[in-house]
Amino acid sequence: MNWIAKTWIAEWLAGLGRVAMLAKDALSSLFTFKVTWRDLLYQIYFIGVKSQAVVLITGGFTGMVLGAQTYYQFHKIKMDTATLAVVGVSMCDELGPVLTALMVAGRVGAAIAAELGTMRVTEQIDALRTLATHPVDYLVVPRLGAAHIALPLLTMESITLGIGASYLIGVYLLGIDPAYSWYNMLKYAHPIDVWIGLTKAFVYGGIIALIGCYKGLTCGLGAEGVGRATTEAVVYSSITILITNFFLTLVMGKIAALLL
Amino acid sequence: MIEVRHLRKNFGAQSVLDDVNFRIENGESVIIIGRSGGGKSVLLKHLIGLLQPDAGEVLVNRQNIVPMNERQLLQVRRMFGMVFQGAALFDSMTVAENVAFGLRRHEHLTEAEITKRVGEALELVDLPGTEKKKPAELSGGMRKRVGLARAIVYHPEIVLYDEPTTGLDPIASDSIDRLIMRTHSHFKVTTVVVTHDMRTARRVGQRVMLLHEKKIYASGEPEAFFASQDPVVRQFIDGVADP
Repeated sequence: MNWIAKTWIAEWLAGLGRVAMLAKDALSSLFTFKVTWRDLLYQIYFIGVKSQAVVLITGGFTGMVLGAQTYYQFHKIKMDTATLAVVGVSMCDELGPVLTALMVAGRVGAAIAAELGTMRVTEQIDALRTLATHPVDYLVVPRLGAAHIALPLLTMESITLGIGASYLIGVYLLGIDPAYSWYNMLKYAHPIDVWIGLTKAFVYGGIIALIGCYKGLTCGLGAEGVGRATTEAVVYSSITILITNFFLTLVMGKIAALLL
Repeated sequence: MIEVRHLRKNFGAQSVLDDVNFRIENGESVIIIGRSGGGKSVLLKHLIGLLQPDAGEVLVNRQNIVPMNERQLLQVRRMFGMVFQGAALFDSMTVAENVAFGLRRHEHLTEAEITKRVGEALELVDLPGTEKKKPAELSGGMRKRVGLARAIVYHPEIVLYDEPTTGLDPIASDSIDRLIMRTHSHFKVTTVVVTHDMRTARRVGQRVMLLHEKKIYASGEPEAFFASQDPVVRQFIDGVADP
């Protein structure tokens, strides 16, 4: 048992090291390699534009559920108009970036791992290398850059729709006073909350793209290898997002407290 | 010039190549034959730095590529073109985009020049007018020919072929053999072909090498090689299974 635990930890650390090396390679490539704008734009379209439906549905319904639940609790103590303030802070700080990232990890992380994994098993990655093209330059950098750009934009949409949907539900369905709701939200949700959410989204974009690319580039042979890489990309990026979120919340909460 | 010295390669506990030595001169056409799973493709991938050996040296134009990192190898690989067993075309791109890939990445050409070079390369492999097709719309033989066009469009010094006729019917195989010979004479390239197709080995190479038991077991000009009475060579040429 002890031996199994040691092996698992050693493998986990080795994997973490390899992802870090991939990140280092991608970063150095970003500064030395001329980014092909066409590839970057296509990846922004694929990661950003094509993910909008799933992100907007998630943001909208999360905002509505959060609004309704908060109202039911606050109504008992006559604090109905604080509902939108809670929704605003929650959506900006936590739910907007985290749920957006988890949905994008499921859609985009899996797609990246499957695409690169298929390229690997059909020798297309080797073909790239024989054509004097580094796979990190051509495959990883555009996806990483696009994810860093697209995630904050998607998160912004999700936050906006979540708060908007919550406002509509609260005001038109549950009968909360609109003016006081709006006033309270602006009083308790600060611009720094939006910045916290967007910074988190930027980090999660990198996590999704890096883990997806790593799993694809190192996948095992055959359909089984691609399938496993795809599953692992989603599972590992989702877990990494949740763990990272905890530490980012602690650090950024402290920074926000200092600034306010 | 390519020279391999004391090359060894293991995958885990399994030894694939053990003390392999040979030299290929500029402009020469060499065929490497051997049994399936005998390490031919592994050996070929070492020549272009796609695999790193456990020991030994691979010299390309007297430069040892073994200690090089991936970025240094990219410079060396500009001398090479490689045709893969499964063609390895980029399936998200059209035929023209596949063939133009190397040109767009490494040469400063106008769009008109790229289109002209791609057209010439496709003409050479007898596939004119297929520019807009996707790899999925092509037959196996056509895919290999597009792979060849992609490998030669930027005029490399050395072209490597990994099982170019495997999985093709005899007529398609014949057409690929002719293309390899035409490319060799047209561009005066150093040609290395890995195959277990005896007809290809007989026709295409100026020298044939047999990889057997992890080593280069025999080497010689096609006439002498195919006339050999060595039992191992004979068994492979005649295609006789072990009793």
